[in-house]
Amino acid sequence: MEKLFLSGNEAIARGIWEAGVHVATAYPGTPSTEILEAVRFYKEIYCEWSSNEKVAVEVAQGASMAGARSFAAMKHVGVNVAMDPLSTFSYTGVNGGFVFVSADEPGMHSSQNEQDNRYLAKFMLIPLIEPADSAEAKAMAIMGFDISEMFCTPVMLRTTTRVSHSKGIVEAGERKEHDVKGFEHDWTKWVVIPANARKRRTVILNRLKQLEEYSNECPLNYIDPGSGSDAKIGIIASSIAYAYAKDVFPDASYLKLGFTNPLPFKLIAEFAKTVDQLIVLEELEPFMQEQLLAAGFKVLGKEIFPREGEILPEILLDSLKKAAKSSLIAIPADHPIHKAEAEVIKPTDFDLPRPPTLCPGCPHRASYYSLRKYKPIVTGDIGCYTLGVLPPLSMMDTCICMGASVTNAVGAFKGLHGTDKVEPVVATIGDSTFIHSGITGLVDAVYNQANLTVIIMDNGTTAMTGGQQHPAMGKSIRNEPAPKLILEDLCRSVGVRRVTVVDPYDFEALDKVIAEEIKADEPSVIITRRECVLDRLRFGPKVVPYIVDQDKCVGCKKCIGLGCPAIVTVDVTVNGKKKVKSKIVEFLCTGCSLCAQICPVSAISIKEESK
Amino acid sequence: MSEGKNVLLVGVGGQGILLASEVISQAAMNDGFDVKKSEIHGMAQRGGVVSSHVRYAERVYSPLIMKGTADVLVSFEKAEAYRWLEYLKPGGMIVTNTTEIIPPVLNVLGKEYPHDILDRMKKQGLKVVVVDASDAAEKLGNPRAMNMVLLGAISDLLGFTAETWHSALNMRVPKKHLDLNLKAFEEGRKLAKAS
Repeated sequence: MEKLFLSGNEAIARGIWEAGVHVATAYPGTPSTEILEAVRFYKEIYCEWSSNEKVAVEVAQGASMAGARSFAAMKHVGVNVAMDPLSTFSYTGVNGGFVFVSADEPGMHSSQNEQDNRYLAKFMLIPLIEPADSAEAKAMAIMGFDISEMFCTPVMLRTTTRVSHSKGIVEAGERKEHDVKGFEHDWTKWVVIPANARKRRTVILNRLKQLEEYSNECPLNYIDPGSGSDAKIGIIASSIAYAYAKDVFPDASYLKLGFTNPLPFKLIAEFAKTVDQLIVLEELEPFMQEQLLAAGFKVLGKEIFPREGEILPEILLDSLKKAAKSSLIAIPADHPIHKAEAEVIKPTDFDLPRPPTLCPGCPHRASYYSLRKYKPIVTGDIGCYTLGVLPPLSMMDTCICMGASVTNAVGAFKGLHGTDKVEPVVATIGDSTFIHSGITGLVDAVYNQANLTVIIMDNGTTAMTGGQQHPAMGKSIRNEPAPKLILEDLCRSVGVRRVTVVDPYDFEALDKVIAEEIKADEPSVIITRRECVLDRLRFGPKVVPYIVDQDKCVGCKKCIGLGCPAIVTVDVTVNGKKKVKSKIVEFLCTGCSLCAQICPVSAISIKEESK
Repeated sequence: MSEGKNVLLVGVGGQGILLASEVISQAAMNDGFDVKKSEIHGMAQRGGVVSSHVRYAERVYSPLIMKGTADVLVSFEKAEAYRWLEYLKPGGMIVTNTTEIIPPVLNVLGKEYPHDILDRMKKQGLKVVVVDASDAAEKLGNPRAMNMVLLGAISDLLGFTAETWHSALNMRVPKKHLDLNLKAFEEGRKLAKAS
């Protein structure tokens, strides 16, 4: 069998291909994005970037109605967007099997919260499966479809960032075709008028009972007995925490759970009999622990392990040691775990913050630089441009969720209107995010006459997640030509009369437009259009960097205020006096010229091509 | 089969760390090891701190290296090794590039970049191999090949034969860049031996 080295996300893509899936959908979102990016190389699968997660689930749902195995992927907060179709999908059940990925993010590496979506599977009364590594991710993706069809239910396949982005060895299998059954013309199942939905409610409660039974027999849940005296300590673990624990505390007995809703209570009772002490190891909320306590099991969990962030191996080790010291768990004093004291070499006096920043040449930078002059309220949104909040730009007041920039701006305007606290309101949102859910807010703004300015920062891609296609690019997920959504036409069509398109690399023009539109007495849209600098570096002409003429530089630091990673300060001595001047790091400069445009003494110019 | 290792590669977004860790993983696979590797994508990549954990042994569960257990810490930027020092096993080896990438935020915060970091590490008694990898790559005609120079520099520390390395490079590096990357790798080997 061919061995592949795959990330959890790539393994899921491989799994759904082997499972005979016909339709796969997603809206990009870290850490789930690479699933569909990998799916698109499997030609047997129709795949698409959907305009948002709700759309993705509804498209996959339609495919399931048609009898095709279908799949959708999203990040944890994306599931919030898709909850409307998902929760009723539980009621209807499936025709073709349906599995969706919820990629959760303990640690919030690239997210606004660390909500624990296992509760959503319980809330929707659907099965939940959780891989601990890439090999399991592939196997569970395949098995998810069997479970979905066996019990007529959507299935949640939950990963965490570490499962999604870690790589491991996976054995390649073959694709098993599943013929599309044809559209299921059964209105009693698929039309959820109350009379039907009430009957379906009974059906799904019966399904839940069957799933409870199945959970006990499911091969994804198994006892992994320990050895020596540690074997008397029983750890119930799922997802990546299991992998950490197996390395840190290898001889304990484990109940490895891959199928975690509903929980296998009979199996847990059987496991409990074999050990002296039961411990639940789970990242984030006490999802399993609460249920076990309610069922009458004597278990420890969050008394030992943290509820916030990831339970990284060293945190796991520390937690166990502390629990042993305080006699929460019975680990003898001469146990090797005490010596496993990660002998850590500490850095001394090291203070080098390196927060993520807008790239050198990022077209978003100029808009924030201009906004600093006018100091409006800036409601932000989810994407690279959220980085406008960080110093030195520091030009964002709010950022909540996809699309909220526009609607928060509507509300801020309405809240202040007619008071003595009125401030101008500007929403900043990216092109892909605007299509995802900004447009509905803009319709609201026009209809309800909120005087705000929306800056659509159109860099022609879904940049933050790595450059995925979207409807305004004229390209499909497979880079084939597709109808192109024209953003300015879209905005005009919903009733915005003031729509301006401007090149953010032309600072004077951009600044003029921003000044005018903030003053306007009606909703307005500014589309700042310039390709993502990463695309320009990849596909554009050769970059010619800019340089600072140190004789001309007066050290005013105006260019430093741009927060461009390519501009640094250097100490120079002029006439025996120490002075701080600007310098451009040539290999980082992408030649956007913004700094040259704002330099008050024209000290910055394009580097002459050396012959 | 030789002994397994934990290798931590660190630096700043866009330095080619992911390809380097991919080649190490392939080499370990070619030698019959179980391998796991972990890294974070997304917001962190925008000029932020980047790390890639590679672990290989007979059986590997966790894709993350536990603090205090990295055999080799490879730094693509001069000061970044120090940020990750807690991961290094006592007695473990640090291999670092000399390129300084200064975060723009330092200016705003009025902080200084620690230019003297290599001396400080040596004073602390750490085993540090310093490689002017960016410079070497530039001399070879492409500064982006810096990652392969560093990979060459650590190649003798990881227990793989030259054949294993070459076949891994062949499998993982895009064909059109292979020649340059092989040269960069060999240059790194030489530089590490000379240091």
